Amino acid sequence: MTVLQNTPSAVLVLAIGVLFGTGVYLLLERPLTRILLGFILISNAVNLMLLVAGGRAGASPIVGNAPQDEPMADPLAQAMTLTAIVITLALTAFILALAYRSWQIHGHDEVADDVEDKRVARAAAANAPAYTDADAEETGQTLDEEAAAVHDETVGDEDEERAR
Amino acid sequence: MSDLIPGPETWNAATLVPLPVLVPLFAAGLTLALRRYANVQRTISVTALTITTLASAALMFFADAGPVVVDVGGWAAPVGVNLVADRLSALMLTVSGVMLLCVLLYSLGQGVPEGDDLDGGSRVGETIPVAIFHPTYLVLAAGVANAFLTGDLFNLYVGFEILLAASAILLTLGGTAERIRAGSMYVIVTLMSSLVFLAAIALVYAATGTVNMAQLAERLPEIDPTVRTALQLLLLLAFGIKAAVFPLSFWLPDSYPTAPAPVTAVFAGLLTKIGVYAMLRTQVLLFPDDPAVDRLLMVVALLTMVIGIFGAVAQNDVKRLLSFTLVSHIGFMVFGVALASQAGTAAAIFYVVHHISVQTALFLVVGLVEFRGGSTSLDRLGGLARLAPGLAVLFFVPALNLAGIPPLSGFLGKVGLLTEGVRDGSGLAWALVIGSVVTSLLTLYAVVKAWNKAFWQDAPDDVPEDVRLPRGMVLPAGALIAFGLAITVAAGPLYGYAERAAESSMDGTTYVDAVFPDGSDRGTGKSDEITDDATGDDS
Repeated sequence: MTVLQNTPSAVLVLAIGVLFGTGVYLLLERPLTRILLGFILISNAVNLMLLVAGGRAGASPIVGNAPQDEPMADPLAQAMTLTAIVITLALTAFILALAYRSWQIHGHDEVADDVEDKRVARAAAANAPAYTDADAEETGQTLDEEAAAVHDETVGDEDEERAR
Repeated sequence: MSDLIPGPETWNAATLVPLPVLVPLFAAGLTLALRRYANVQRTISVTALTITTLASAALMFFADAGPVVVDVGGWAAPVGVNLVADRLSALMLTVSGVMLLCVLLYSLGQGVPEGDDLDGGSRVGETIPVAIFHPTYLVLAAGVANAFLTGDLFNLYVGFEILLAASAILLTLGGTAERIRAGSMYVIVTLMSSLVFLAAIALVYAATGTVNMAQLAERLPEIDPTVRTALQLLLLLAFGIKAAVFPLSFWLPDSYPTAPAPVTAVFAGLLTKIGVYAMLRTQVLLFPDDPAVDRLLMVVALLTMVIGIFGAVAQNDVKRLLSFTLVSHIGFMVFGVALASQAGTAAAIFYVVHHISVQTALFLVVGLVEFRGGSTSLDRLGGLARLAPGLAVLFFVPALNLAGIPPLSGFLGKVGLLTEGVRDGSGLAWALVIGSVVTSLLTLYAVVKAWNKAFWQDAPDDVPEDVRLPRGMVLPAGALIAFGLAITVAAGPLYGYAERAAESSMDGTTYVDAVFPDGSDRGTGKSDEITDDATGDDS
């Protein structure tokens, strides 16, 4: 039996790297749509990984279809990729719906801050041990005011949080 | 055609194995089609989950004699996908079945599925269209069963995705601003963990050429140890996010408390435990001896326990407090896994069983507290001991159980873990033993604080005097608490079962022999049940 060469093709490996890199970059953004794009890129990278895991391309993996001495491609890797694609499709649709609903409610689709983070940040700002404040004279702001301002990315959510 | 559906004479224990996956999925389709008939939907869901639970309990009995294996589609492993019900998975299935059923009954009592007011009426007038509650819930049950039963790494991924998609929908049910906020965080984090898992599967396949767990158990020891450790860590990373171990637990306390009480209860009781189960399965079956990784897991377990419980102590909202205790107590299970001994694994299994029942019960009771007191904030609750004395008892029993007060099941699980930790004797194990005791005490402090504030401090003015708790909510919550107590009463046999489960899991040959009965890891690609005559007729 002839066996497929299983050294992966450099082009595919490079493509996986690029997709992963750009995907992670997009994931670190705030808008849900960009996160979605990042998710799509990474999932394509992972699908390519699955494909590469099956070895190099060969004859179509149907018994009797390939010439006797030509190795067949690995069908299992392709089957798994196909399953993964379908699952990704469904989840992509779900994130799209989430982003759309977020846009409906807030007028933007940015991922909001963790409530716990905000609470901790506010408590920290309130109790901040302001020993020294190097730039108080330049900016005219105390350390507490600066600390409060730094984490205040979601102005207007305070009331909602208080209601909880 | 008659060949396709075997007659009663060929039925055996294996017939039961696919039921926990198929029945809820089929019922989900039915309830979706019958979404206009709320009563029919309810009947179908309750029936489906009852069948599932009974089948799981029967499987628990059969699997005690040895793993029951089903080749899906008649293709034997490793060519086909197989479902394996061994002691561990059957036990997990049964407990999760009981819990899913109780929560379903509770949510029927609460009326969420009919689009009543959210959050126990705290936001009057806000109703949600939730004809999709039943189908989604059933799909969740099917995904959970699939994750427990599968004998194939890729099918485990599929199971995870089924339950994740369902859980994301349940979490964002109704699409209010708060839930979208919590949901987007949850969805992104869980999707990332799934992608890590899928990448790990790709690498495992590239390294070994198989995703069948039994075959992996045979092949993984043969590959380069460095590669093996890398694969193990990647899998642990994926499962760690799902199980919410520190430092991968940041997403949990923020996403869980916003959902309706029954949904949070299911998530808290079940979803993280599936991560723990996957961790247990891979650690024990696929990567049995790697002391370095075990030490890493011990450190992780210690941090999870201690930091989680500090988070709980600092909370002023009961739901968030419980979410943090959930994170904290995952540490106990990871501790048991990290001990990598038979007794440690047995204790971890028992602890998982105990924790599923007790954590779910607590969230259900908090749902009742919210219904009665109109809030989950400890500053706004009060005086409930006088207004609802029964509720105080309902809260008190699982709360003490969580903290591990003797003679309840939490105590027994913890004693099992501690004795094994002491027996292990290494410095890290001792640190964990001390950490466990401190965590238990702090858990007691946190739940007693919640109990005191919610039930004993002076009642605020706006607590209504004459709200009656719906019996449909109280009874399932009570049933689940009774189930938790039953675990305590039956702790002897149950612990024995957990020990046998650990024994057969640790001894990988039982599992591998069950999947490959002919002893060859090549496999014929043909299932035993299909004779040559039958296949000859088909072609």
